[in-house]
Amino acid sequence: MTDISYVRKEMAPSQPAPASTVGPVAWARKNLFASIPDTILTLVSLWLIWLLVPPLIEFAFVNAVWSGENREACIGQDGACWAYVKAYLPQFIYGRYPDPERWRVNLTFLLFFGGLIPMMIPSVPFKRENVIYMLVVFPTVALVLLTGGNMDFNGFLLPDTVIAPSMLKFWVDYAILTAIVMAAAAGIAKASQSRAAPAAISVLVIFGVLAAIMVVLEIDFGLRPVPTELWGGLLVTLVIAVTGIAVSLPLGVALALGRRSKMPIVRLVSIIFIEFWRGVPLITVLFMSSVMLPLFVPENLTIDKLLRALIGVALFAAAYMAEVIRGGLQAIPKGQYEGAQALGLTYWQMMYHIILPQALKLVIPGIVNTFIGLFKDTTLVLIIGLFDLLGQVQSSFTDPNWSSPYQSHTGYLFAATIFWIFCFGMSRYSVWTERRLDTGHKKR
Amino acid sequence: MAIQETARTPDKASVLNDPKVRGWIYQIVVVALIVWFGWEIITNTAENLKARNIAGGFGFLNINAGFGITQSLITYSELSSYGRALVVGLLNTLLVAGLGVFFATIFGFLIGVARLSNNWLISRIATVYVEVLRNIPLLLQIFFWYFAVLRAVPNPRDSIALPGDVFLNNRGLFTPRVIFEEGSGLIGWSVLAAIVVWIGIYFWARRRQEATGQQFPVFLSGLGLLIVLPILAWLVTGMPLSLETPELRGFNFVGGTRIIPEFVGLLLALSAYTAAFIAEIVRAGIMAVSHGQTEAAHALGLRNGPTLRLVIIPQALRVIIPPLTSQYLNLTKNSSLAVAIAYPDLVSVGGTVLNQTGQAVEVIGIWMAVYLSISVLTSMFMNWYNSHIALVER
Repeated sequence: MTDISYVRKEMAPSQPAPASTVGPVAWARKNLFASIPDTILTLVSLWLIWLLVPPLIEFAFVNAVWSGENREACIGQDGACWAYVKAYLPQFIYGRYPDPERWRVNLTFLLFFGGLIPMMIPSVPFKRENVIYMLVVFPTVALVLLTGGNMDFNGFLLPDTVIAPSMLKFWVDYAILTAIVMAAAAGIAKASQSRAAPAAISVLVIFGVLAAIMVVLEIDFGLRPVPTELWGGLLVTLVIAVTGIAVSLPLGVALALGRRSKMPIVRLVSIIFIEFWRGVPLITVLFMSSVMLPLFVPENLTIDKLLRALIGVALFAAAYMAEVIRGGLQAIPKGQYEGAQALGLTYWQMMYHIILPQALKLVIPGIVNTFIGLFKDTTLVLIIGLFDLLGQVQSSFTDPNWSSPYQSHTGYLFAATIFWIFCFGMSRYSVWTERRLDTGHKKR
Repeated sequence: MAIQETARTPDKASVLNDPKVRGWIYQIVVVALIVWFGWEIITNTAENLKARNIAGGFGFLNINAGFGITQSLITYSELSSYGRALVVGLLNTLLVAGLGVFFATIFGFLIGVARLSNNWLISRIATVYVEVLRNIPLLLQIFFWYFAVLRAVPNPRDSIALPGDVFLNNRGLFTPRVIFEEGSGLIGWSVLAAIVVWIGIYFWARRRQEATGQQFPVFLSGLGLLIVLPILAWLVTGMPLSLETPELRGFNFVGGTRIIPEFVGLLLALSAYTAAFIAEIVRAGIMAVSHGQTEAAHALGLRNGPTLRLVIIPQALRVIIPPLTSQYLNLTKNSSLAVAIAYPDLVSVGGTVLNQTGQAVEVIGIWMAVYLSISVLTSMFMNWYNSHIALVER
């Protein structure tokens, strides 16, 4: 018997994985050619890609015409006519906005993205100031910049015989209105045994901010007024989309809360409002706002065409938003409501501090989907004669200067790319936010 | 020490702090606002209509329309009334919406399943399809199909000939038409009979399977019946069917059925666009069924096909049906975009009527009523179906 034994001191070096399980060949065998039907599918997909992708690249890049003065450059070429897009680019962005005034649009875009980008990056400080800027300062400045400001306000309260309609009358009326609302707020506060002063002061602050905005709007900055008929292109698309988003979110929250309210009449009104707008197509809403809205208001009041479309789009989007938010409200466990009430919070405190933050976080994907839908739906305004980006592209086809066989393909490709970038960007941002806000309570 | 017991007495609290009283005050304010708002609108509208010399009411529906419609499922001429024109528009809307729902569902299911495929290439193609199509406005897609594709095809003289005597040119899609000659009624009845027998077989087979466990190929036998019976009827009655193929005469095609390019473009765009959304719904639905279900089905010895058909899909449908319903409704509402390419749907025809008569309130009222009814009917049907397949919790 020999006492030789051998005990290994270190781990045996690990063998490389079998050649059939690693590397591109194994990957292809697993993911592309796993079985005979799989192989057939792969070949069919390859054929599809071969059918679509090379011609598209050839059309958009290889055979494309990049520069030229008019249609001569593009005729006879078998590719996209980018020269036409280049020539029409200012129209696609500004519409018929007068040339020397276009810096105002550019400045508005700059101010918008300058406020939006820091707001979208979570690590940038001053979020509260940023929100105030986006919701109060920017809209005012943008309105002045885009329309030219210098608006006229006429009175609305006192009969014309007391003071002739003028700027003075407006401010007198406004002061009276402020006083009435302040008195009402103070009275209600007093009757319900809380202090009257804070209620009156908060009313005064709100009216003061509104007054400041209106003062800015009526100052003559010497900007040439640009009527909205001249607006067009991406400008109109963004104006409608951004206003629609900004109006529909708070309105949607209000409607969703109304629909879940315990007050029967409020609930009924909310349900009817939501279901009505959700049941009809946006086109009929736009027709209604463009044809019927002028009938609804007194004859001497004319509402701007763009504003009419804005009202229609915002109400329409608000109904969809309300349903999305209601889904979030329903997903919050009852214990959260009961806990908040047990702490003695009022209804609004409970909603603002406890329920809405959780509910809105839950439905971020739905909210962003509504935004994306709204952004895509802005194209419909071309049917009622407004020229958004697609409307401008469509109307440019009538220009004989640039008419060529592939003009429409090029125009649609350009518009589709722009819309796609915006929508896809929004959806990616929502996925990212969802992941960032995920506190791990979700069921996996 | 005297304890102050009078510090809190309930009767001192203001009535305004009672939630019930507050609730009623809020509601009264809401009602007052709505009534005031409605009153303002009604009086203003009445005044404005009077100022424009437009008489209200639906009397205009009986007046001669005087305009032609390029596609109508019922007889319609320029001498028909506005009311009939609107009915033609409604039928066209229903036609394009119905076919759109059909195609979008098929494409959507295919693409949704393809996104979950183990085949890398197929799932990537499906992903690209979904991400591209759903992020581009529908109107742009309609314009693309109509103006860039269907309007750009050659004129009738150089039509693109598709297999089966189908021709595509800028006047539309021309397909052969089946002409029913005398005695062809039996064929229709035989189709009906085949369907009835199919349903009968379905119930009989289900009862037999419950009783004995034996399966019966219901689908194949039913399909066989549906093919064999009409052919038999066709032979027995002496082949009364004939095909009328479209022929080029002069500058246009004569004979056959002409499908107008507006319809083809709208249908293509609606189906392709909605399919992208349905694909996402289907994917989410299938992913919502836990993997354990598949494993359990495999452990019971079910093959891939029956696993999908008998275990996964029935459970996935519960998740799929509610959002699918809203997609169907979206498609129906989106079909109103037809007005942009002048496909004569309800909105497009209604727009013409509105322009000719100036009866804005009535026409828009009809639109809203029709679309609201379609919405309500569809969601009622889908709710019924949903409750039919919903999980019965014990």
